[in-house]
Amino acid sequence: MGTRTKYGLLDVINLAILFVFLLLCLIPFFHIIAISLSSNAPIMSGKVTIFPMELNFDAYTTVIHDSTMVRSLGFTVLLTLLYTVLCMIMTIIAAYPLTKTRLKGRKFFMYLIVFTMFFGGGIIPDYILVKELHLLDSIWSLVLPSLVNPFYLIIMISFFNSLPAGLEESAEIDGSTFVGILWRIILPLSMPILATLSLFYAVNRWNGFSDTLYYITNPDLYPLQLKLYQLIINSSSPELQLQEGANVAQVMPESLKAASIMFATIPILVVYPWLQRYFVSGIMLGSVKG
Amino acid sequence: MGALQRYMMRYWQLYAMLACPIAFFIVFKYIPMYGVTIAFKDFNFFQGIMKSKWVGLETFREIFRMKDFYTSVRNTFMLNFLDLIFSFPAPIILAIMLNEVRVVWFKKISQTILYLPHFISWIIIGGIVYQVFATHSGLVNEVLRIVGIHAIPFLSDKHYWLFTYLVIGIWQSAGWGTIIYLAALTGINKELYEAAEVDGASRLKKIRYITLPGMKPTIITLLILKMGEMVHIGFDRPFVIGNIMVREYSEVISTFVYRMGLQSGNYSIATAVGLFQAVIGLFFVIAANYISKKTTDQGII
Repeated sequence: MGTRTKYGLLDVINLAILFVFLLLCLIPFFHIIAISLSSNAPIMSGKVTIFPMELNFDAYTTVIHDSTMVRSLGFTVLLTLLYTVLCMIMTIIAAYPLTKTRLKGRKFFMYLIVFTMFFGGGIIPDYILVKELHLLDSIWSLVLPSLVNPFYLIIMISFFNSLPAGLEESAEIDGSTFVGILWRIILPLSMPILATLSLFYAVNRWNGFSDTLYYITNPDLYPLQLKLYQLIINSSSPELQLQEGANVAQVMPESLKAASIMFATIPILVVYPWLQRYFVSGIMLGSVKG
Repeated sequence: MGALQRYMMRYWQLYAMLACPIAFFIVFKYIPMYGVTIAFKDFNFFQGIMKSKWVGLETFREIFRMKDFYTSVRNTFMLNFLDLIFSFPAPIILAIMLNEVRVVWFKKISQTILYLPHFISWIIIGGIVYQVFATHSGLVNEVLRIVGIHAIPFLSDKHYWLFTYLVIGIWQSAGWGTIIYLAALTGINKELYEAAEVDGASRLKKIRYITLPGMKPTIITLLILKMGEMVHIGFDRPFVIGNIMVREYSEVISTFVYRMGLQSGNYSIATAVGLFQAVIGLFFVIAANYISKKTTDQGII
């Protein structure tokens, strides 16, 4: 930033405080990893901090051999893929026509869409609709009700608008149809935004919880988050359980809970560093307009 | 061939494309808006929305008599307000600190690590929280014990729970929140800093007179945006971190609607509460938009 790089006391203090923040970010993860790799006795006596004690992989072996857990992972992967692909198709075919200022009714469609960002029926009318459509306890209940995110749609529209208009005009003169232009000219130029929004949709679906709680009751269709919720939060800390008077019988060993948490977190941790730049560029694009 | 025909020859494809997304919005967004009429009916599934009996404002009279309703409204405002005071400034401070880091690799790694919690689901955060903040053998309480402090019931005492709720919120969102401020900071003219350097301004002076004013428009916009969302609260965070022992503070509108409607089957009451929230929420957004237009010449809608 400055013309000369002279490191002063202020730099040291700043870096030190930031370093503490980074540790605070990471320690919870290290702690969970340590617990997942420790045996029960040191965990219960509170000796495990960020290093495993009596290192073993039993908890992970148990999780991987738990067929319901593996099925839940498989279902979540399938759900996330299906959801992301359909969301992206819908967002693209909504965004492209809405960039055409000469399209009659464009304003009306925009109002129709933007209004849903600020007002909605709420949980119960949504639930009744999903039930009436016979989508409860099906994968579609987690896909259809949130196919187009209006905010992401606006990001995509402003990206399409930022592409040079000349490209399209020459194709129009050549007699290309709109579908042809979208497919051959617009989409190949839009890879960054396609990647970014796909990731947003995918992460939302992977981490999404509330709709799975509302719409899914069949354990065979539990996505990971709901599965984890039933497994960990619902049966957490005995003192809370006694109050609720539920599930006291099946207290899970802490290491198994920790291993389950890691089981659902590892996919995110693995892809996250590679995809980070897309997320950042996406939020930038969003902030230009919004 | 008429003008309209020529127009349609060319534009029908665009309408064909729009048909699917528009159908989605009508079915999954506008039909539920019609569904709110059950707030004015005595709804049951056998009769359906259309045939259930109208009861006028009876449901609203009933919710305004419910103590839990007021509690959940109060908590929604309270938690959002505390978030505004404590979580809102966090990314601003963090962005200024990151901006002052001149070791490029450290800055990059810091950002990667600080953004990470944003990508962890609330369920997983909840699972971690129950391990880290547990009264018995939880990490934080073990550390406190070593220092000689008695175990603190972070999750089961409502006052400590507020603290836990806020800290976790900051942990999850502060890093990610810096992105937008850092973007604003890249827009500041470098010559300003150089000129200040020539004039002998200290680092703190430069932050005070160049960096902060550079962030000000972004801060104001986000502040107004946040105020417009005061009535809205996500479901996952209070639901997952909250529990029966702290329900007096953790029950918010979204969790109340879930319990009332989907768990207890009082659909009309839950819908009425949701409608109440949506209408007040719309009012807040419009007010925030008006304030935004007045102060920054730019609406948020």
